[in-house]
This record gives sequence, C-alpha cells and structure tokens, in this order.
Amino acid sequence: MSATPLLSVEGLTKHFGRAPHLLRAVEDVSFHVAPGEVLGLVGESGSGKSTIGRLVLRLIDPTSGTIRFDGDDISRATERQLKSLRRKAQMVFQDPYASLNPRLRVRDIIGEAIDAHRLASGARRTERIGELLETVGLPAAHMVRFPHEFSGGQRQRIGIARALAVEPKLIVADEPVSALDVSVQAQVINLLQDLRRRFELAMLFISHDLEVVELMCDRIAVLYLGRIVEIGRAEEISTRPRHPYTRALLAASPKADPDAPKIRRLLKGDIPSPLAPPSGCVFRTRCPHATGECAQVVPALRAAGDDHRFACLYDIADEGRPAAA
Amino acid sequence: MISPPLLAIDDLEVRFRTEEGESTPVRGVTLSVAAGETVALVGESGSGKSVTSLAVMGLLPRPAGRVARGRILFRRRSEQIVDLAAMPSSEMRKLRGSEIAMIFQEPMTSLNPVLSIGEQIAESVRQHMGLGRAGAVKRAVEMLDLVEIPDARRRVDEYPHQMSGGMRQRVMIALAMSCNPSLLIADEPTTALDVTIQAQILALIDRLRREVGMGVLFITHNLGVVAEVADRVTVMYAGQVVESSPVKDLFRSPRHPYTSALLNCLPARAKRGADGRRMVQSIPGTVGNVGEGCAFAPRCAHSIEMCRTSSVALEADGERSARCLRWREILA
Repeated sequence: MSATPLLSVEGLTKHFGRAPHLLRAVEDVSFHVAPGEVLGLVGESGSGKSTIGRLVLRLIDPTSGTIRFDGDDISRATERQLKSLRRKAQMVFQDPYASLNPRLRVRDIIGEAIDAHRLASGARRTERIGELLETVGLPAAHMVRFPHEFSGGQRQRIGIARALAVEPKLIVADEPVSALDVSVQAQVINLLQDLRRRFELAMLFISHDLEVVELMCDRIAVLYLGRIVEIGRAEEISTRPRHPYTRALLAASPKADPDAPKIRRLLKGDIPSPLAPPSGCVFRTRCPHATGECAQVVPALRAAGDDHRFACLYDIADEGRPAAA
Repeated sequence: MISPPLLAIDDLEVRFRTEEGESTPVRGVTLSVAAGETVALVGESGSGKSVTSLAVMGLLPRPAGRVARGRILFRRRSEQIVDLAAMPSSEMRKLRGSEIAMIFQEPMTSLNPVLSIGEQIAESVRQHMGLGRAGAVKRAVEMLDLVEIPDARRRVDEYPHQMSGGMRQRVMIALAMSCNPSLLIADEPTTALDVTIQAQILALIDRLRREVGMGVLFITHNLGVVAEVADRVTVMYAGQVVESSPVKDLFRSPRHPYTSALLNCLPARAKRGADGRRMVQSIPGTVGNVGEGCAFAPRCAHSIEMCRTSSVALEADGERSARCLRWREILA
C-alpha cells in the first residue's frame, strides 16, 4: 500500500436536524483509500454508507471530523476550493434513470463536465465525448441520442462516461449496479473493473450486496447505524469476519447454491432508528452475544491482524459458521 | 404425480392492447405448483414473470390485458378443478384472498394507510370467513402472532406508516394468510428489504408453507433467494418458459443456455483470468425483438441457423423441461 493515502477520513461525523429529532447518520468514522484502491462500504438501511459518499465529495457538510483528499484538507473548503476537488473526484449514482437529464443529448450530458472545467472545446470536445463513450463500450455515434433511447445498463455506462470526463482520481460509486438486472449488472461490474485498472482509479464502492463488494473491492468497511464495525481486506472480511454483525450479514445473504447451508442464525428484530440509536455498541440490541457492558461502552476498533480491525468488546469464536469453501 | 397439482398453467399467452398496437408479454408459460411446494419463477425485467402472476390472480389490467391462449387450472379445496383463465370475475374475486392469496414487493401500496392493521385483517376475515366482529379482531391478533409481530395485542391498533418495512411485510403476509389460502403467490416479497430482514421474511414464508401445507409460487429475480427457498424453478426469458427443473439440477446442470449464462453472471461465480483479475461472465446484448425462432438465439453462444428460423417447443424430460433445440448436444 502506498504511504500517502489519496483519501483519508478522520472522526467523520454527520448529524441531521436537532434534538429531539437529531438523526445521527455518521458517527466518528475513520478510513483511508490509497491511490488506485477500491474500498467497499457495506451496510443496510441507516448504516450511513451513502451519507459518507456524499460527505467525501463535499456534496454535504460534515458536522465534525476531517476529510483529506490528495494532500488537502477539504473538510471546510469553500465552493471555489471545491472546484478542484470536483476535477479529481466524481460520483456515479444508483439510478441511471434519475441521474441523467432527460432533455439533454448524451453529447451535452458528458459535455457539461468537460465545459465546467474547460477541458476541451470545438472539434476536440466532440472527439473527447466520442472517446469517452467508446471507453464505456458505447458507439461514439450515440452521442446525439437522448437518455430515453438507452437501456438501464447503457444509461449507467453514460453516467460512468460522465464521471470519467474529468479524468478523476477517485470515483464514489453509490450502488452503481443495484438497479440493474443480473446479466446487465455483470457487464457494468466488468466495465468498472476494466476502468479501474486502465486509469488507476481509486473508488469508494457503496453497496448492500456483499458478493458484488467482495468481487469489486480491495478492502471492505462494514457499517451499522453510522459506525464502522469492521474493516479489512475483502477476502479476510468475507472469510474470517470477527464482528458479530458482519457474521450475521454474511449468514443472511442468500447464496446462489442450493447445496449451501440454509440461512441460520437469524438476527432478531429490526434495525433501530438512527434517530434513537442504542447506547454503547449500536449493534447490541440485535447481537446474540450482548452483555450489560455492551450498553455502557462504545467499543473502539481494535486490531485483528494485518490491516483488519473490528469494534467489539469481545472476540467471540465463530461457531456457527460452515468451513470456508 | 398422483394427485393433480394445485396449480397447472398450460401454454399461457397474455396480450396487451396499447396505443402502439398489441403486445404479447407472455407467449408460452407452462408450469405447475403442487401443494406444499415452493416453485420459483425467475426472470429479468420484462421476462413476463409478474404478468404471469397477475394472470393467475385474475388481476390483469382490463380491458387492455387478456388471456389469449392457454389454461390456468387450479384445484379448489373441494377438489374441483377450475380454469382461472375462463372464470367470471365475480367468482375470481371470491377465490382471491381465500383460496389464493398474493403478497407484493411494496406492502405500503397494498395496505390501506387510513385503517389500523387490525381493522384490515379483521375486515378480510369477516368477508371471507363470515366471522363476527369480536371473532374477527381476535383472529387478527392471532394472525399477527403467527407472523411473529412482537406485542401483537398492542400493535393491532397501529397504522402501516408507524411500522418498518419488514413489519409491514409481515402484516401483508398476515393479511394473506388470514383466510388459510392453499396457494400463495409471492411477487418479489423481499426485494425492497434489507438482507437481515429479508432472511427473517424468507424463513417466515417457509415456516407458514410447511405448517399450512400451501403451495407457493415465488416470483423473484434474485438467484440467491431462489436457491434458498425453491423446490423447483421455472426460468422465463422474453415471455416464455425456457427451463423448469428441480432447484439442485438447475444450479448444477442447467439445460437452457440462458439459464447457464444467467448463473455465470453471478459475482460468486467470477473466474480469475490469466492476469489475476476476477471477472464475471456477462450476456452480450439485450433482449431484442422476438421473431420466429428462439428468443435467446441472438445472444446465445451455441445458436445455429435453425435456432433463429424454427419455433422451439418446451421439451419435457422427466422432472425437467427445456426450450432449446440443442440442449442435448450442448450438454454432451
């Protein structure tokens, strides 16, 4: 791993509203992303994963904590200072239907990004748009079409081409394949894999789908109610999870293999509301191992080997888990 | 099978009349569900799986949609076999919510926001089971207990908006189960839920199936869910059934090239290439215009001229069936 991270986030916190309706979306989150590295943010509703993506791009302001990107502290950067951030960091959205302006031709959707940063004009601009479309596997000639003339997968490719227009170092991809059919999802996953190699892109890959994340990412951070409960190398997290929530999440994800053991160890109850997160460990209300102490102490992340950390007061042996294949 | 199946759809075709002319979202669906078994109906967007389920429920939008061909045979509790496709809508309404029930992806759209959940269940059981007011309310509480809603006696007075997505889905299941259906149609019932909540709901549906002995037609696009819940699987592509197989056979040795291509698209089946990268296989192109031949032929790695020109029938072979001219050759 590179010595200087491209992105480093320290104690990041985001609250919405105020008491008694204070929503604790992100609470004391720290992580870093090296140049060219893909970090997955995994979690369920209320985990804060999308909010973190928006904070990192400074689409919303943090309540506290610092975000350093490419050497600069951008936590409190002004709109003007953020312009250079937007040249280096871009977003790809989940819904390819809602994220493209239906009244613009593809040429202008991608062209907007080029114009905003004065990257090319005239014939060179058109040529560049064609290049970007071909990069994402679409014919350059399609630049004159409107979004409705494309399928969902093709629209997602257009969204990716738009993000690539500024030659970013970082892409925040928020559930980029979740709205797509399995066969189309596979095409977009492969495209993203290609692009990250080709352009040495770093990515913050936000998803609820552990299998997609495991495939796409170098490292994974597992979030629950605004906090990182476990973080480490993707393979390590999926084969040797240490936090009870990570284990439960893995166990609850249905495997596309009828011979695999059926889902056991169901987590009881609902995810608590981020308006009223439990005291101490946020997972304790659903944790099969919770003790009285878990209600008192917020567990800090602690080391569990090479670049692997988890936030649990206990280190519970994983009994119920089938041997890794 | 000795006793006839609970549900037997035979060569179903559904047509929709639209402003641009007539479309045929379902062009050949044959499948069966026996009592006590879960059959998954799988397909991607536009495959016709949801239209098939609406046809079974008699809920095709009228007058635009109609069953143009085929039969939907249903074995009633009285053992009488009726064709749902030919049933008058007044008769169908009586069956729906009593012998056949349905749950959807989004409970909020099928629950009434201005009635408490207890009132909704009570109303349904009064209509179908002829219970009095007190009996119906008591039954509502029992139903909430059955679907493992904690503190049912208190929550029976809550409104849908006061509940989480998972709890609302439980209420919808309670509503569906309140009249002891023999067939449950579940259309993407867990798609909008978080994975730990999805696991709870899948376990609940499965428990109820076992306890009540009902048949379940489970419509989903999620192959992980299929492997988890199904006894048998029917795969649809472009309005047709392309394969039906017992779940283990389907995942181990798919017969239709579309089934096998779809399975290879799963991230868990990614293969490490020569450069060490893990890539998933994908299916090139998109569902195109449907012509004479096999609808999948334009995207199929095994297609030959004949696949594109001759119509292909669903060929039954023991417990399995496939709509492919070449499945034997490809498998060999």
